[in-house]
Amino acid sequence: MSNTNKLSILTKGFLKENAVFVMLLGMCPALGTTTSAVNGMGMGLATMFVLVMSNIVVSLIKNLIPDKVRIPSYIVIIATFVTIVDLSMHAYIPSLYKALGLFIPLIVVNCVVLGRAEAFASKNNVLDSILDGLGMGLGFTLALVILGGVREILGSGSIFGIDLHIFPGDGMLVFVLAPGAFIALGYIIAITNKINKKFQKA
Amino acid sequence: MAQYFLIFISAIFVNNIVLAKFLGICPFLGVSKKTSTAIGMTGAVTFVMTIATIVTWLLQKYVLVKYDLVFLQTVTFILVIASLVQMVEIILKKVSPSLYAALGIFLPLITTNCAVLGVALLSAGNADFGLLQSTMFAIANAIGFGLAIIIFSGLREHLEFADVPEGMKGAPVALIVAGILALAFMGFAGLA
Amino acid sequence: MATKMKSTILSMSLVLLVIASLSSGLLAYVYSLTKDAIDLANKQKKIEALTQVMPEFYNSPIDEAYKIASDGDSLNCYLGKDANGEVIGIAIETYTDKAFSGKFTVMVGLQPDGVIYNTIMLEHQETPGLGDKAEKNKSDWSNQYNGKNPSTNNIAVTKDGGEIDGITAATISSRAYSDAVQRAYNAYMNEVKPNLGL
Repeated sequence: MSNTNKLSILTKGFLKENAVFVMLLGMCPALGTTTSAVNGMGMGLATMFVLVMSNIVVSLIKNLIPDKVRIPSYIVIIATFVTIVDLSMHAYIPSLYKALGLFIPLIVVNCVVLGRAEAFASKNNVLDSILDGLGMGLGFTLALVILGGVREILGSGSIFGIDLHIFPGDGMLVFVLAPGAFIALGYIIAITNKINKKFQKA
Repeated sequence: MAQYFLIFISAIFVNNIVLAKFLGICPFLGVSKKTSTAIGMTGAVTFVMTIATIVTWLLQKYVLVKYDLVFLQTVTFILVIASLVQMVEIILKKVSPSLYAALGIFLPLITTNCAVLGVALLSAGNADFGLLQSTMFAIANAIGFGLAIIIFSGLREHLEFADVPEGMKGAPVALIVAGILALAFMGFAGLA
Repeated sequence: MATKMKSTILSMSLVLLVIASLSSGLLAYVYSLTKDAIDLANKQKKIEALTQVMPEFYNSPIDEAYKIASDGDSLNCYLGKDANGEVIGIAIETYTDKAFSGKFTVMVGLQPDGVIYNTIMLEHQETPGLGDKAEKNKSDWSNQYNGKNPSTNNIAVTKDGGEIDGITAATISSRAYSDAVQRAYNAYMNEVKPNLGL
């Protein structure tokens, strides 16, 4: 396989096949954990770790797993890495653990993770699977940071916890609350569609 | 009695699982194009969610906590849910082929419906919940899920005929409508 | 390239068994590695809360904690003692179920005479940007309670005729906070103070 090909495996997750903005996968954590840019980043990185690790293991043992029990096997592998993230985060970054709460164990059911294991890692070699996991994970993280950033700027008038002093009061609270999450994501997806269309034409 | 009533009001309206807790967004967006499929999905989710919560609650109390194995919680819970879904799939295929055809690929997707695992984890993690409360909680959340997805599918059926700007068609406008629906549900806040 | 494993009952159950046991083994190992750090992290949070709601103490309140009765329920009570073993502060882990979403817990620190020393929000699910202003790191709203004695000061919110200005647009959360503090005070007066011999 040529180098451009390797590069495209890595970068396709950033924009062209972005898990959240284009494929509309992993929406629950994308909406639920992005009250601020930092939380979005924490969630994104945790997901990326699980994504890369499960991609590695799945691609290593893909030939040992009978087809019919493939999904349950993948789920156990993914759940194992999720629990590792869960325990380590609880032990070493308790504040982030508290902020992400239920959404950490729920990485197990993030369609992105199982989706990549099934669609990519089970058919490709280890190196490509690592690249795919990294690319998809970074794209996911990027999406969460953007959504978290937009919500934090509009909702609390700050970014990464730094006050921007753009609002006289507290900012547009609705963006920190549930409805704002849906609305902000809706507009960001519309913008991403537009950008992707431009690239296709060019 | 009042306690069970509160669980219901809280789970269905105030802390709606989809619109306030952001669980089960994938099916909420994926199978809400037609009301009939939304209803079918709700049925399947209700069934799986209730049984999964009962089974996982028992496992949590009598196995995981008892033998100090709580760190295996996520792995066990997801396995229980995955097997349950498989069972529902087999039963549905036999009993109602038309519903099976309609729900198509979304039935296996219940496994990765975070609402099911989310509710199971929430009930197992709530020290105040006995088996009965947990069961009620699961049913209430399933109803909340159904209410949200069915209302939303009704809105989307109308959206088909609306004149939406080109760039906003599909997911973007659906999400914004969902946001407005969530805004409406915030009106219930403080009820429970 | 190796051929794919066939799906027979034997191979399927064997593979699942192997994966499941490897997974539980690995997790048990990670659990044993992180267990102490998790306990410490949980304890650390409590110690931090305790140092904030009591004057400087020289004992280990967590190890001496005990439960006190309160309205058919029980609350955790921690005593802070000075170098001579005199009780200088009492921290009560209290809660309210009148909160905006569900229940929240507050650590209330009292002086032996019942005057509020400091309070700190522990766990809550209040609305970000509104009710969560009861948290110390979000706003200094909760400092209003400090120095008040619930037997002479009415610690209800102003809307209910009390002395506490509610959080803007979050009256329910503020009211609930007062409820939690009052619960701690009542429990202290009924259950702890008589036994302290003060």
